[in-house]
Amino acid sequence: MKKLTTIYSTAVPLPIEDVDTDQIIPARFLKALTRKGFGNNLFRDWRYYGDGNEVKDFVLNNDMYSGEILVAGNNFGCGSSREHAAWSLDDYGFRVVVSSFFADIFKANALNNGLLPIQLSKEELQKVFCAIEKNPKAEFAIDLEAQTFTIKDSESIFSFDIGSYKKMCLLKGYDDIDYLLSQRDKIEAFEKQQVIY
Amino acid sequence: MSATLFDKLWDAHVVDSIDGTDVLYIDQHFIHEVTSPQAFDGLKTRGISVFRVEKTLGTADHNVPTINQHLPIKDPMSKAQVKKLSDNCAEFGVELYQLGHEKNGIVHIIGPELGVTKPGMTIVCGDSHTSTHGAFGSIAFGIGTSQVEQTLATQCILMNRPKTMRITIDGALAKGVFAKDIILYIIAKLTASGGTGYFIEYAGSAIRALSMEARMTVCNMSIEMGARGGMIAPDTVTFDYIYGRERAPKDKQWSDAVTYWSTLKSDEDAIFDREERFDAADIAPMVTYGTNPGMGIKIDAQIPEVLDVASFDKSLRYMNFHKGQSLIGHKIQHVFIGSCTNARIEDLRIVADYVKGRQKSKDVSVMIVPGSKQVEAQAKKEGLDKIFTDAGFQLREPGCSACLGMNEDKIPSGEYCISTSNRNFEGRQGPGARTILASPLMAAAAAVNGEIVDVRQLY
Repeated sequence: MKKLTTIYSTAVPLPIEDVDTDQIIPARFLKALTRKGFGNNLFRDWRYYGDGNEVKDFVLNNDMYSGEILVAGNNFGCGSSREHAAWSLDDYGFRVVVSSFFADIFKANALNNGLLPIQLSKEELQKVFCAIEKNPKAEFAIDLEAQTFTIKDSESIFSFDIGSYKKMCLLKGYDDIDYLLSQRDKIEAFEKQQVIY
Repeated sequence: MSATLFDKLWDAHVVDSIDGTDVLYIDQHFIHEVTSPQAFDGLKTRGISVFRVEKTLGTADHNVPTINQHLPIKDPMSKAQVKKLSDNCAEFGVELYQLGHEKNGIVHIIGPELGVTKPGMTIVCGDSHTSTHGAFGSIAFGIGTSQVEQTLATQCILMNRPKTMRITIDGALAKGVFAKDIILYIIAKLTASGGTGYFIEYAGSAIRALSMEARMTVCNMSIEMGARGGMIAPDTVTFDYIYGRERAPKDKQWSDAVTYWSTLKSDEDAIFDREERFDAADIAPMVTYGTNPGMGIKIDAQIPEVLDVASFDKSLRYMNFHKGQSLIGHKIQHVFIGSCTNARIEDLRIVADYVKGRQKSKDVSVMIVPGSKQVEAQAKKEGLDKIFTDAGFQLREPGCSACLGMNEDKIPSGEYCISTSNRNFEGRQGPGARTILASPLMAAAAAVNGEIVDVRQLY
């Protein structure tokens, strides 16, 4: 997994609530056998018309906005467990998603792919949207070690939570599977005492 | 110390902990073609095998055609994905119910049907509706592909313990109100994110009175309010359902199992992080009007007058509905009866009972997609296929089908589909498709009438 320590970037605003995984990557694009290439179909049906032409006013098609940070409305990533949602955001080039609330499975999938979900309060999220509205090139700084999210223009600093284990994984680029494989002895010992019907 | 059923089962499966995150042992892992190929690739890259093949079971369901399953799959990408599942299962020694096999079907239908799903287990699958299996008193939830790989490699995943919520529903359901209405009602009350961070236990006399299949419908949609899973403590209804199934314990093992399963309940004074109570008598046939499952109303209610919420307005624009509108009498073009929520034999019987001797509206197309080959065979044995054919309904072969529109079963852009599935997201049933979620009887009645009706008027 890629390491993530600090990010300095502009951001892409998507002030829509309950963005579900079918919007992030529609099911008809889940037929691939690898983790790559999903970025082309990220937000496919909001980004393109049925005939393949760009929807001009969708934010990913607006040259004013760019960056490694996606800022989205409440309850981002609800719906299915498809990890393809995290893969498509990562493949497109996002490293961080900011929202006031994330769906559980999406959050776990994001963290397992080095994509950092940052949960801010509703008021803080509003300030981030306002900063981008005022200046589409507004810069933000994320310091994972310090667990801070900074709006550079106003020097507003917000702190965010992350579990200490997952934080260590992101900082060092470790996968869960590396850890679990190191625990096989304990797992086998656990199995020996388990009664199964 | 008193504990909830969830906490008892969770504690019994914790192998170890690291910084507050638990290493959770998984008793049963189901896999399918869409969320497993990258996980198997991970094993190959590391040069490791599946740690416990006997606890892993595969089926092809998400991406399969629902007609002419005996012929080669037309779409090359779908074909490659289904073949990849076969190849991976063969290479790693995982048992697989491949397309066309007499026990193939939707993963959350075949697990219980075969007796693989049992009380007290931890169960995962790379699909969010794994919560279905919680109906047996197990901890069952959906995972992403990285966690599929972890489970294949170690039979464990790393998880933070969720909080617990008990939803109690007491009283009797009115006629025409089904398990699907219970869960749509709860989600409408708690919203599409109201359960996030929680694992739910459903309790109360209205839940106890449900059949096993109906309980599965309730637990299935727990994820639609954001909850990882939902469970129901096992009782004689559960044991009677499991008894005699292919993978159920036999003889002495059976009586030992029932003795143990009978202990699986929350203690009287157990404390949940959150409690919600509803009166069964307040539940009516439900329909959704928006683009998430929390946007549901009683059939005789109007779309709420929510002001100044951009996402709400966007949702109504997509559906071409307006605030204050009633859905009674609204014309629909398609009916989909299927999915892991409502494609079991009882669902098909409810539909057949109503449809017998009636005809579908000429303006409506109707797809009935059974949940498994065994459901399909049972329907034929009972003569339901004849009833459906006579009514102009099409009984297809099993698969996830138009629930998520991965295969060719899609609803055309701009058209309305009343669907027994679980998600009404934008484009879920095909780009531009407009989905209205409801119970099988509501769907059947709409099919016959060509428009949405209040099924309580049918009695």
